[in-house]
Amino acid sequence: MLAELSVSLWRGAKDGRYETYCVPRRESQTVLDVVTFVQRHIDPTLSYRFACRVGVCGSCAMTVNGKPRWTCRTHVAKVAGSGRLEIGPLENLPVIKDLTTDMQPFFEKWQQAQGVFAPTKTRHEEIEQIRPDNPARRLADAAIECINCGVCYAACDTVRWNQDYFGPAALTRAWTLVNDERDAGGSARLQAVAGSGGCHSCHSHQSCQELCPQALNPTAAIAGLKRRTTAAYLKGEIKA
Amino acid sequence: MTMRLYVWQRATAALMVPLVLVHIAVIFYATQKGMTAADILSRTHGSIMWASYYGLFVAAASIHAAIGVRNVLTEWSPLTGLHAGRLALMFGLLLAALGARAVLAVVL
Repeated sequence: MLAELSVSLWRGAKDGRYETYCVPRRESQTVLDVVTFVQRHIDPTLSYRFACRVGVCGSCAMTVNGKPRWTCRTHVAKVAGSGRLEIGPLENLPVIKDLTTDMQPFFEKWQQAQGVFAPTKTRHEEIEQIRPDNPARRLADAAIECINCGVCYAACDTVRWNQDYFGPAALTRAWTLVNDERDAGGSARLQAVAGSGGCHSCHSHQSCQELCPQALNPTAAIAGLKRRTTAAYLKGEIKA
Repeated sequence: MTMRLYVWQRATAALMVPLVLVHIAVIFYATQKGMTAADILSRTHGSIMWASYYGLFVAAASIHAAIGVRNVLTEWSPLTGLHAGRLALMFGLLLAALGARAVLAVVL
């Protein structure tokens, strides 16, 4: 193991540049450890975002050697065999400063895809019994573990080319709700995801699936939305 | 891509699957039999079947390609949806005209 790492970090906003730092190499060192070392021991003005450090909150995602990753769950040994690390902000999102991006467009698209649960009952009614082995529930469960880290959104070529595209996370959330029997969103949600920027813009490149740290499959969820919206369109339940 | 364009592009793709297979089979048949251009034209002249077959093929290909070109333009060029749509429509009409000319040349 090398004694030191050469680490290039993005500094500044959109028109910034990479600056290189030397960081001591440690056993079981994560990329987040490296960024934290720079901020605490070399340059306290470095801006980055993290919270849990254990892969639960999804706030520490950055571009590591060209790929979006959770920095807290990425070991340096896995990505920096040559002893070099390049860490930048997530792609496809406005850079606020250094390694911190503005997540607002990401969450706005989540809203546009109607990713909010629409209840069918009040708290005064009995809780509906849903069998875990119900086929629709299984489809909903397949993507329920998304924590909105933005890795899939940063990895998506279609988001890069089409600013209106909702992106994998928002559409995966919509697919979860479409399959949730307790949800009342129904055809209004299908209408929302069938429009411009919706599921039909996906090219199925599958970068989202390849890089999702939760091993979810947004491409499959979007394919499900394509099938479901097409069926609804042909039945006249939604408009073009 | 909108819902309507998506359905049209998928429907024309599905339609072209058997059309392409038959087209390739016809090419193999004609080359294996050593048919000349005159032999082929003698069979296609006045044929409503071949006119319909390749007319449908040209229509499906023109629609399918135009929608695809529209997507490429909206994603990879500064053109907006409206302008990309108009350009793609012109491309589709050009394909349809060239295809119709070729079909008419072998059936009339």
